[in-house]
Amino acid sequence: MVLLEIENVHTYYGHIHALKGVSLDVERGEIVTLIGANGAGKSTMLKTTSGLLKPRLGSIRLEGEELTRYRPHEIVAKGVVQVPEGRRIFGRLTVRENLEMGAFAITDRHQIESNLERVFNLFPRLRERQKQLGGTLSGGEQQMLATGRALMANPSVLLMDEPSMGLAPVLVDIIFATIRQLHADGTTILLVEQNARMALQVASRGYVLQSGSIVLRDKAESLRQNEMVRKAYLGET
Amino acid sequence: MKGQSFGKGERESGNEDKSFKILNRWSPISPPLSQFLRVTSSRDEERVRRKGIFMMKRWLERITPTDVFMWMIGGAILLMIFWGSTATLAAGTYTAHHWFDFIIFGLAQGSIYALIAMGYTMVYGILRMINFAHSEVFMCGPYTAYFVAAAFYSSGFLDQYPMISLVIIFLVSMATSTMVAVLLERIAYRPLRAAPRLIPLITAIGASFFLQYTIRGLYGSGFQAYPVVKVLEGEWALGEFRILKFQALVIVAAAILMAALYSFVQRTRLGKAIRAVSEDKETSSLMGIDIDRMIVTTFIIGGMAAGAAGVLYALMFKQVHFFMGFIPGIKAFTAAVLGGIGNIPGAMLGGIFLGLVESVGPSLFLDGLGIVAPYQLKDAIAFTMLVLVLIFRPTGILGERLAVKKA
Ligand SMILES: Nc1ncnc2c1ncn2[C@@H]1O[C@H](COP(=O)(O)OP(=O)(O)O)[C@@H](O)[C@H]1O
Ligand SMILES: [Mg+2]
Repeated sequence: MVLLEIENVHTYYGHIHALKGVSLDVERGEIVTLIGANGAGKSTMLKTTSGLLKPRLGSIRLEGEELTRYRPHEIVAKGVVQVPEGRRIFGRLTVRENLEMGAFAITDRHQIESNLERVFNLFPRLRERQKQLGGTLSGGEQQMLATGRALMANPSVLLMDEPSMGLAPVLVDIIFATIRQLHADGTTILLVEQNARMALQVASRGYVLQSGSIVLRDKAESLRQNEMVRKAYLGET
Repeated sequence: MKGQSFGKGERESGNEDKSFKILNRWSPISPPLSQFLRVTSSRDEERVRRKGIFMMKRWLERITPTDVFMWMIGGAILLMIFWGSTATLAAGTYTAHHWFDFIIFGLAQGSIYALIAMGYTMVYGILRMINFAHSEVFMCGPYTAYFVAAAFYSSGFLDQYPMISLVIIFLVSMATSTMVAVLLERIAYRPLRAAPRLIPLITAIGASFFLQYTIRGLYGSGFQAYPVVKVLEGEWALGEFRILKFQALVIVAAAILMAALYSFVQRTRLGKAIRAVSEDKETSSLMGIDIDRMIVTTFIIGGMAAGAAGVLYALMFKQVHFFMGFIPGIKAFTAAVLGGIGNIPGAMLGGIFLGLVESVGPSLFLDGLGIVAPYQLKDAIAFTMLVLVLIFRPTGILGERLAVKKA
């Protein structure tokens, strides 16, 4: 069953035509990856989905409900939650306050407490550091915090923008293990990555974005075999 | 091994940040140098040390005649303060009672500045904009409450139920100031949110004039005498010292309000969200925070504090006037800059510090220098402080400490 449906989306930055009719869909419970080179428009796609950018044309639907007419905070309340590129931790808020902000759309205290417990179990390191300021965390810890913060909102779709960016290989493994675990728990994920190798390992399906257009869509397995993907994104010859 | 790498990362970014800050302070217009520093900061301690020496050299090269001139002025002022204070104390013109009165008056005045400064600093924090119409937000509250107070006075209600009257006067003033602040945001600032920074600044000045001359047009340019609240007249004995009742009220009321405001911003969901929005609007909206609502909440808090400060000010000086916001407004802005604009505890400290210096300073620093009527110079002292802070410590009193905490 299709949960998130993106259809023929065109997004502009002034005169720059950044998305040229992108269509993709994500089914409940699956991991879909959107891969593409730097500047292809991956972040633009996620920002448009979250409502930070308004598409000039096209439709984005969550369970059939049109999202493009809502503002970003309303879209979060509907269950589409983003882990932004570069983590964007609130450096002057404590780790715990960062997590509380993630749950801003939720008003039920018990729900917030149990989400907090779930995040701390997923990332025990955050529990140890909950009183520390977000700005004092290392890159890997910040990625955990950014992910945990998004989970605090009870997402029905999690949008992740290059979670492995700038992390040491060990930490990349940890992040991808987390993604697997979230998948096992039933979370639906749209994963944007430049690290196509890892992304295609966890995802069931994938889309390849090139200069604002989808040029390929297939099962992750097939994409890994694809000549063009192997050359351009997996660095094989 | 993992733990180690975390620790390393922390320390490194700390170093980087601080050196950047320090250099930046002395050379605010030299991005190339600071950038260069950022790029070359390295893990290697020896290299860091050598770079420190190199930095010193670069720094020495950068000293200009203007810098030297500024230090001379700074030194001269420090010397004057020292000399004046010594001479004053040696002459013994003032008794301990005088000093006590100066300090209490300074605290009262400073608490009022601090309350107004909250509005400047919080709005700056969330919109990166100086709300120059805040002095009129401050003025409109007590001016409106004046009519209530006058009615209470002439009907005898004020003398019969002074506490209830005071509470109502406060509420009316706070409600009016809050309403003015919210309308300002809605009508004058929100439509300009995407405009270049200078535009809302000019609008703020325009709005400020608009409010002043609206009040003047409605009620004339004269002073309106605030009714005397009998229970606040007289003084309490504090050991061998005496304290005026209304000054005690000002200090206590302001302290309670500031404590309430501070814990609101630190502990509540909304307060935390305001801090988050101040730091990063886009990410806050991705957390499900309604940015517009937080901005309005900030204006509400600033308006409430200004309205309360306005009544305290009117009770202290026993009058209201359409132009009454101007000087306290500029003083509170000075206080916010003193404390490090955008920093809430800084604004409180800055306000109280400014009030104290203004009240104690003229007698302490200037009397000994043989200046006649030093008290006339209290505004000059306040604005000299603003200029000195902007030159020598643009981040304000708490600015640096915050940076260290962040790193
Ligand atoms: N704020 C912006 N203003 C103008 N152009 C932008 C902006 N952000 C991104 N772009 C352009 O849009 C295109 C897609 O960018 P982006 O979505 O960030 O790519 P990706 O995330 O795939 O690296 C790029 O050509 C980029 O230069
Ligand atoms: Mg990107």
